Amino acid sequence: MTSALNSKYSFDTFVVGAANRLAVTAGRTVAENPGSAYNPLFIYSGSGLGKTHLLMAVGHAAKKVAPALNIEYLTLDEYVEAFHAAIAAGQGDAFRRRFQNVDVLLVDDVQFLTNRKEMQSELLRLTEALQVGGHQIVLTSDRPPPEIADLDERLISRLSGGLVVDIGAPDYETRVAILRRKADERGAKFEPGVLETVAGAESGNVRELMGALNRLVAFQAVNDRSINAETAKQLLGIGAEAASAPGGGGKGTAREGAAPGPRAGDEFGDFLADVTVTVGKAVEAWRARVGEAVLRWEGEGYRTRRLEALLERDTPAAVDAVIAAFTQDVERLKELEAEVAELDPQAAGQSVFRDPERLREAEEVAAKVRDGAAPPPAPSAAFPLAAYAVGPSNEVAVSAARAVLKQPGKKYNPLVLVGKSGLGKTHLLNAIGLELARGKRAVVACLSTQAFVDELIAAIDGDRVDWWRARYRRATALLLDDIHLIAGKERTQEELFNLFNLLQDKERQLVFTAPAQPHTLPGLEERIASRLAGGLVAELKEPDREVKRAVLERMLGQHSASPDPALVDYLADRPADSVRGLVGELQRVVGAAAAQDGPLTAGLAREVLEGQAPRDSRRSAGFRTSGIVVSSLGGIKSREKMVWDWSDVADRVIEEFR
Amino acid sequence: MSLVNFTTREITCKIVYYGPGRSGKTSNLHYVYGRVPDSRRGRMVSLATQTDRTLFFDFLPIDLGQISGFSTRFQLYTVPGQVYYNATRRLVLQGADGVVFVGDSQARQLDENVESLQNLQSNLLEHGVDIRTIPLVLQYNKQDLPRELILSPADLDDALNFRSLPSFSADALHGKGVFETLKGISELVLKKLAAGTAA
Repeated sequence: MTSALNSKYSFDTFVVGAANRLAVTAGRTVAENPGSAYNPLFIYSGSGLGKTHLLMAVGHAAKKVAPALNIEYLTLDEYVEAFHAAIAAGQGDAFRRRFQNVDVLLVDDVQFLTNRKEMQSELLRLTEALQVGGHQIVLTSDRPPPEIADLDERLISRLSGGLVVDIGAPDYETRVAILRRKADERGAKFEPGVLETVAGAESGNVRELMGALNRLVAFQAVNDRSINAETAKQLLGIGAEAASAPGGGGKGTAREGAAPGPRAGDEFGDFLADVTVTVGKAVEAWRARVGEAVLRWEGEGYRTRRLEALLERDTPAAVDAVIAAFTQDVERLKELEAEVAELDPQAAGQSVFRDPERLREAEEVAAKVRDGAAPPPAPSAAFPLAAYAVGPSNEVAVSAARAVLKQPGKKYNPLVLVGKSGLGKTHLLNAIGLELARGKRAVVACLSTQAFVDELIAAIDGDRVDWWRARYRRATALLLDDIHLIAGKERTQEELFNLFNLLQDKERQLVFTAPAQPHTLPGLEERIASRLAGGLVAELKEPDREVKRAVLERMLGQHSASPDPALVDYLADRPADSVRGLVGELQRVVGAAAAQDGPLTAGLAREVLEGQAPRDSRRSAGFRTSGIVVSSLGGIKSREKMVWDWSDVADRVIEEFR
Repeated sequence: MSLVNFTTREITCKIVYYGPGRSGKTSNLHYVYGRVPDSRRGRMVSLATQTDRTLFFDFLPIDLGQISGFSTRFQLYTVPGQVYYNATRRLVLQGADGVVFVGDSQARQLDENVESLQNLQSNLLEHGVDIRTIPLVLQYNKQDLPRELILSPADLDDALNFRSLPSFSADALHGKGVFETLKGISELVLKKLAAGTAA
């Protein structure tokens, strides 16, 4: 689990120079008095400058001073691994105890603590415990504690609390000394000047220096001849690049033996390294693309977890497919959001529309909104325009309605149908609505003002006023029946006012019905009334004979193929102040006929409507053609003032005699 | 032609050495073969005539192992240079990811070089490939011959390299410039790979 100390790495083999003297002195001190001098000792340096060597040297020296000491050397990775293994085996406490009993703990490469929060706290705990117990801890890293990314503040201060020393790059003299010692160790002998040449080359760390030395040693061993400074230069490529320029034959001597030897083995290696770099770049290009996509969508406010997950992977995936799928999801989100925004502006702000991972949820939300935002109430199909009876009394209104249908929103906007109850305002309103709804993409809101008010109240109650508004703002036409019912409802008037303006601006048709001229309606705000009067106010009058006949013929047509003309005449001639009244009378007659299981006749109608029970067949036959014609224009409007049925002469005589 | 397969994590590059007869294409492959460790190379297939001229083609597979998580393989081919083997040349050229044009630096071979280059263009076109888009490098081989017999790389550039492609002077027999050329073409091919997957 832990590495043994390499016996080669002792203070004896460590070449001391100006750049590492402080670190070596500190190391020796610590080794001689573990736990008392600098605790912890933190050594940092660039790669290949002797950290590990020094660390192990401390271990060896300490062991030499006090052989009984429990000394443990390990790299941070090993420590982490051991920790994880112990935790997995349920031996966490044993693990901690074991390390707390170490007298000198040497930890290499602690820079790998980055992003390992749990290890940081573990190490912090261990450092504290060791310090308290008077045990030594020595750590190395390639950078000082504060520069280790993501390192816990407490750990930084703890690690910096002892002594922090660095090892610099060796100077020329140190390099020569190192080379000499290493050459000696290997029993290699070089001509004078060779090692100096090697040391003279720019080399930032000792490991590279060793590599250079190794090549010289190998070359000498293979060729069985010692090399001079010049050959060494060529071998190591020091300042020799110029000589091997491609192109001409070059110097004949250079090709003799030197070049193919060491180069030959490397050629494929070089090629491989080259390809690796290129492939790396090519393959890594996907990272750039993913990064771009992340930036783009993040900039638009979308969550990009899916893309970020790609970046965390070491090996590339089919990133283009993932990006494409992601983009598709985002586009879908945009669509959904736009749709929802129109239906319910409040719902559109939800974060779910910004997270492609939650597309399904977004779909659900949109579906819910779509359900909730059922189109505003539509006109009733029971009132087709074709069934609307037209006559002089209402032709102004009907022609206005036709004009509206021809150019909705442009000619008469709003159209206000005024008339007493039962004159067919509602029918005409719905008929207009039905015709308008035939248009493509038409959303016709047609409802009674009472329902309109109730809906608003419910919306206020459910905190969905925005939704309610959006619902009506979508409408391509708004038709409100009995607008006078809005009287006194301030909030509704306010909403209607705004809605009115908005729809009118967009040239969407508005149609209202009212029992009287807008200005005469009580409780209606002036701004509403004036707007209603601003379009066309078309009045519906009491039904004329023509209208009545049309209505009767249509109604009777439902009962028999050829209605009794006398009955139609009779009913049409009866005074009626509204179509609804007329229809009511007809219903009574129809009801009576159904009860008697008899035919619909004028006589029956007369009997029913004039309160006289039908007598025998003789009499009823005698009254069939009364010849009394009462025009609605005739001035006699009240039934009570008319004598429709004179009693028999005999009856009248008896009466008088009494 | 699937250069890079993200599913199976494979990169396969087919590189064809093209050029007039006796320009040194097979020498290139032989040198590479000699430098690749045994474990990395497959059997070099060489179908040669008795006079050591390539009859059909040479084939050398090289396994570069895992690179960036991709198992990477190079397949090096040569074509027979002689004019009358054009059908074979066209066949070998099929699916090539990159082409090394091995030119003969000898002054008297200049016409053959030009002719072969034109032949390359027309054969690529047969496969629907534009010579301007396929990765292509030039190698001026036999630069070790006496100066008076050969053209300098600059002269050859003037004569053959009107598209400013990467060019390498070489002595394939001794290995000079062989790997430089291979690196050059690999780089182009792999860069195209990157561009290709981006599209």
